[in-house]
Amino acid sequence: MADGVKPRVKAPATAKAGEAVVLKTLISHVMESGQRKNKDGSLIPRSIINRFTCEFNGTMVVDVEMHPAISTNPYFEFEAVIPATGELKFTWYDDDGSVYNDAKTVTVA
Amino acid sequence: MELNRRETLALGLGAAAVMALPVRFAAAATGEEMIAAFTGGAAVTEGGVTVTAPEIAENGNTVPVAVSSEGAVAIMVLAMGNPTPGVATFTFGEGAGAHAASTRIRLAGTQDVVAIAKMADGSFARGAATVKVTIGGCGG
Repeated sequence: MADGVKPRVKAPATAKAGEAVVLKTLISHVMESGQRKNKDGSLIPRSIINRFTCEFNGTMVVDVEMHPAISTNPYFEFEAVIPATGELKFTWYDDDGSVYNDAKTVTVA
Repeated sequence: MELNRRETLALGLGAAAVMALPVRFAAAATGEEMIAAFTGGAAVTEGGVTVTAPEIAENGNTVPVAVSSEGAVAIMVLAMGNPTPGVATFTFGEGAGAHAASTRIRLAGTQDVVAIAKMADGSFARGAATVKVTIGGCGG
């Protein structure tokens, strides 16, 4: 597992039933593209997060397939419909097989 | 857009003249191949996809890009001038509030950022934005 990987998610704590809420996610990751060379002139091997998913109570919100052109510390902003109180699950899949998770509970008032 | 043989040849010649570097030429071909793989060879209509990107990006390492398309089930984003043109493919599920997403991408140089949207009815739409990059973001 790469060092210092820390997912951060910004989600509202409450929502109206059926409301579309804006979610912002950021995860610290070097996203080594596999294009750069080190001082010896040899290529630094690719090491990126290749997939990100967000689910609400098991319903898929968004599934992102990522390529090396995504910047360091991948950031995503999107919207999710909140029909009832439940949990948003965020999952990042690393090239090296690691999986990073985060979850946020949204309460419908 | 229908192209006849003469226009196609002229386009090809123009592209070859612009992209003097063979590496760049190969990368551009891969971008078209990726579109073909995504659409399965189906026709792509112009418009219906909004790509929001800055006109001038000072740093190609992190360029904010937003894509949106009403009624899309998936949107593929490509940076046509990058060594590897693939950027990301957003697949929207039932819980998606809007068929839109934004992220930050790397751009190797001034180029078009292209988005191909797959609509719920199986058709495909295309949108693009040109970004001028002052400092490229792919190392080297």
